Amino acid sequence: MESVINIQGLGLTFERDGRRTEVLRGLDLAIPRGAFVAIVGASGVGKSTLLRVLIGLAQASAGKVTLDTHSAQRQPVALVFQDSRLLPWRRVIDNVAFGLEGRGLSRSDRHAKALDALGIVGLAHLARRWPHQLSGGQRQRVALARALAVEPEVLLMDEPFSALDAISRESLQDELTRIWQVTGKTILFVTHDIEEATYLADRVVVLAGAPGRTVADHVINTPRPRRRDDDADAAIVADIRRHLGGGKGSALAEAA
Amino acid sequence: MALTETAALPAVPAARRARLNAFSSVGLGAAGLLAFLLIWQAVPSLGLVNPMMLPGPLAIPAAFQSELASGMWFSAVTGSLSHYTLGLVAGSALGIALGVLTGMSRVAEDLTAWVVRVLRPIPGLAWAPFAIIWFGVTPSAAVFIITISVFWIVFFAAHGAVRAVDRDLLEVAEAFGFRAAHEKLFKIYLPAAMPGILVGLRTALGQAWMAVVAAEIFGVPGLGHRMIEASALLATDIVIVYMLTMAALYGLLDSLFLLLQNWLLRWKA
Repeated sequence: MESVINIQGLGLTFERDGRRTEVLRGLDLAIPRGAFVAIVGASGVGKSTLLRVLIGLAQASAGKVTLDTHSAQRQPVALVFQDSRLLPWRRVIDNVAFGLEGRGLSRSDRHAKALDALGIVGLAHLARRWPHQLSGGQRQRVALARALAVEPEVLLMDEPFSALDAISRESLQDELTRIWQVTGKTILFVTHDIEEATYLADRVVVLAGAPGRTVADHVINTPRPRRRDDDADAAIVADIRRHLGGGKGSALAEAA
Repeated sequence: MALTETAALPAVPAARRARLNAFSSVGLGAAGLLAFLLIWQAVPSLGLVNPMMLPGPLAIPAAFQSELASGMWFSAVTGSLSHYTLGLVAGSALGIALGVLTGMSRVAEDLTAWVVRVLRPIPGLAWAPFAIIWFGVTPSAAVFIITISVFWIVFFAAHGAVRAVDRDLLEVAEAFGFRAAHEKLFKIYLPAAMPGILVGLRTALGQAWMAVVAAEIFGVPGLGHRMIEASALLATDIVIVYMLTMAALYGLLDSLFLLLQNWLLRWKA
């Protein structure tokens, strides 16, 4: 299957105050078009850094990252941050339309596209609100709509639901699954929650070590639609746990 | 006593209590003002001070009327307002432009750091000699002094507000492909820094008014100049007319600015 993202030998070293920190080393990863891939790992293992390289917020120090996108789009990838990072001075609709600016679209065209994206996350009725009037779950939906509005081929998500309460988190997980099935986008989803990874993704890549590298790569075959009380393949979960916590339990415990 | 009060509180709905509080604070404010006017009037009326030195408030309306009738009041107000507006606009525009530039660019900040340290402590009025040498006793000289007074306030407010802009929001702009300085300026820096810039502008609004009076005392026609003329003739009632005029104009402008500020910052919680 053709890969939309091809990462070969990716390494990244930060330098701050004369001290060098190697975050990633020799990372190889190929993401097929249309796949839903979860990347799990403890805090500080470089999973967010990987997304930042893919979106262009950080520069790789070694290796090669190829994005094989179909169109010559200005924005083939879009990122959803952990905290929604909405611009507080813009109404919801203008937050969603943010990434569409500077493309020669009229304001009404931008708003029409933004409204479509808001419809996908079920918040078209809140278009005129200010961000401070939204709940945490709603803010994160708007952030998702903002990423969808630019019609990216690849959606990068950096622990997008980790700051939400359990109920909002579960409803957003189900919504994301539906959006993925409807739009066919490639999704690269970073999390430290094993349950979330195996519930959402059809492939789970485990990052561990310092500097971080891939230590395990599992296909999740649980048929869809999935149910929360489905047991993902117990052997796979156990293997992920072993890589993450060294038997201490979930990556969540380690991250805390 | 405390017990009965606590017990009675829930009977009065919060909204009504707030209204009562608002009503009583307006009432107290009015009472205080009345007492102030009474004492002020009593001082000359009781012969404590020669009315020439301090005319009572009852003498003011007649003085105001004569200034109105002669047209002096109107021309002084328009003169001052024009210096005020020009100086405020020029000082604010320069202050915002340089404050934002030095806030966004480390190079610009370092380059200007020592110049700022040298020039900043010089009060706007200390530029009066040069204002007069360069422009003469003209409205331009007053505008120049007001511009300098306003500039520093707005410059520091804008600089600080831009420096404090949330890096996370700048990353959002970059993540969506807006990497050029002008894109970040208009999409993130300016709107994010707006609350801080507006605080600076509001302070400048008051500071500019002081600078107007001070600059005009050197002889540029306007409220300050008319005040000095009147005091030279010991027309103290007219001096008070202009003092109150300044207070009223400042109050009006500040209220209008507050309305604008609330509208611009309507996105805030």
